[in-house]
Amino acid sequence: MIHLLLLPVLVPLVAAILMLALHRRGPALARGVGLASMALVALVAVLLVLRTEGGAVWTVALGDWPAPFGIVLVADRLSVTMVAVTAAVALPALLAACDGTDLRGRHFHPFFQLQVAGLNGAFLTGDLFNLFVFFEVLLIASYGLLVHGGGAARMRAGLHYVVLNLAGSTLFLVALALVYGTLGTLNLADLARRLLLIPAEDLALVRTAFGLMLVVFVLKAAILPLSFWLPHAYAAASPPVAALFAVMTKVGLYALLRVLVTGLAASPVTAGLLSPWLTPLAIATVVVATLGVLAATRLSTVVANLVLLSTGMLAAALAEGSAALIAAAMYYLPHTTLVTAAFFLLAGHIAEGRGEVGDQLTRGPRMPAAPWLGAAYLVLGVAVTGLPPLSGFLGKVMLLTAAPASMAGYAMWITFILSGFVGALVLARSASTLFWEPVAADGPPAPAGPPLRRNLGLLLALAFVPMLVLGAGPLSAHARATAEQLLARQPYLDAVLPPDAEVARERRP
Amino acid sequence: MEILLSIGIGALVATGTWLLLRERSFSVILGLTLLSYAANLLIFAGGRLGSDDPPLALPGQEAPADPLPQALVLTAIVIGFGMTAYLVALALRAKAETGTDQVDGREDRP
Repeated sequence: MIHLLLLPVLVPLVAAILMLALHRRGPALARGVGLASMALVALVAVLLVLRTEGGAVWTVALGDWPAPFGIVLVADRLSVTMVAVTAAVALPALLAACDGTDLRGRHFHPFFQLQVAGLNGAFLTGDLFNLFVFFEVLLIASYGLLVHGGGAARMRAGLHYVVLNLAGSTLFLVALALVYGTLGTLNLADLARRLLLIPAEDLALVRTAFGLMLVVFVLKAAILPLSFWLPHAYAAASPPVAALFAVMTKVGLYALLRVLVTGLAASPVTAGLLSPWLTPLAIATVVVATLGVLAATRLSTVVANLVLLSTGMLAAALAEGSAALIAAAMYYLPHTTLVTAAFFLLAGHIAEGRGEVGDQLTRGPRMPAAPWLGAAYLVLGVAVTGLPPLSGFLGKVMLLTAAPASMAGYAMWITFILSGFVGALVLARSASTLFWEPVAADGPPAPAGPPLRRNLGLLLALAFVPMLVLGAGPLSAHARATAEQLLARQPYLDAVLPPDAEVARERRP
Repeated sequence: MEILLSIGIGALVATGTWLLLRERSFSVILGLTLLSYAANLLIFAGGRLGSDDPPLALPGQEAPADPLPQALVLTAIVIGFGMTAYLVALALRAKAETGTDQVDGREDRP
């Protein structure tokens, strides 16, 4: 049973290797292996959630090398929730990709599996260098996925994305070198204890190191001023890939939360490192994303800016850091990830149905199966902009009732409500352009409506929307428990390193 | 030794940053490579510099060199190498698709 914790990383990794070894056997095999692997990961994620529901923090030392020298994987409620969200996004995205998107380039399926392995690894690891390695695994896979399908726009977006992330990785390495040089450890739990007893001459270096590290996480999470890559890259990716990428910004948020709360919370050394900056920047991200939604000329750009918007909202909640706000964010995060992922898939279907016009917000030919796509658009639009009665509304109510009675809280009220209004406005205007104002087709007729089999991914993604509403009670209770366990910190630290453990140290000249 | 290493890292970072901000994708790739060299040297220095520390803990020997930064730097080198190779391939492909090696894929000046 102890190996259950390794499966979310191992299963996609093995699946990717199998696909590469057997890639001459045709796409059917790769699809079968990929879907089986994702289904297995989803099953393991459910088991992990059930296993950690009681509040236990579960650790596995790889190769049985004890922490802090060996690498540990740690599962607490936060980690397994993120793994479950990843599985819930990956399965519909992969189903949607099997409609032929996966054949527009080479090696789509191995990249997809490696991306999931990297995401799960980043959520489960308890070691900062290992976090870097899993970041790289998911980034390498995402570089391949982003340019999947080719075309000048994707190449340009891909080049920018890769260069930006390579620069981010280099900064991460510099931060890790400084952390190891000053604290002598990269294990998160060990580091949290060592931070309390560092010598005075290392203070500035330690602050610099963690400052650099947090900048990297802010870049991955796409918070202003490091957020301009996101709409560009996500709108250029093919729809199933963009759906999977909806999880990727959440890795940055997760890492930010994990390192800030579990690693740095109790230490006076790093006090105030980020708190004066993060809230204003997060609110500014919401504002810029709202403007981006207004200015977008394509549906996928609208959705990409909505991803950015939700990132800003979540970052504002995490920056304030009260238990109630983190709990609300832990309900809002699965909602926004699932809904924006589904919206990317829907935008793909709409673009396909309109032929050459694609998902540009101009009048185009009448879509086949427009009523069904319209119904899906209505559901997702209501959910994503936070209108009642769907999960976006519930999440926003939770966030706003938990907002503090301070300047930051008032700013959250104003920006969250206005951004929801603007989002609803833009989506309504786009819907009328897309669905109600077709021009007579004078070009080639639009391709016939996709059969049901090709809509399975979208249908599965849509099925999560009522589940998020009907299950709001248990989900928000789980979110509250997650926030409490995270803020308590001690269970995590004690599970990784027993409090009375004597750790032998390197001798430093 | 420390002075030499820090000057070297500083020079690499300065050159790398300057190249990273240039217009052509080839310079950008060179800049990223130099930056990753600087990061690798910094990791290596994280284990402290010593001139005659043995690499192994042999009997009777007091303080071997810290092995962890060497393992870390090896990982970082491998990852950086793979990333650079991918970036070169991507830049070549982008040049083929857009017809220019300008990083935004367009020539502003004739």
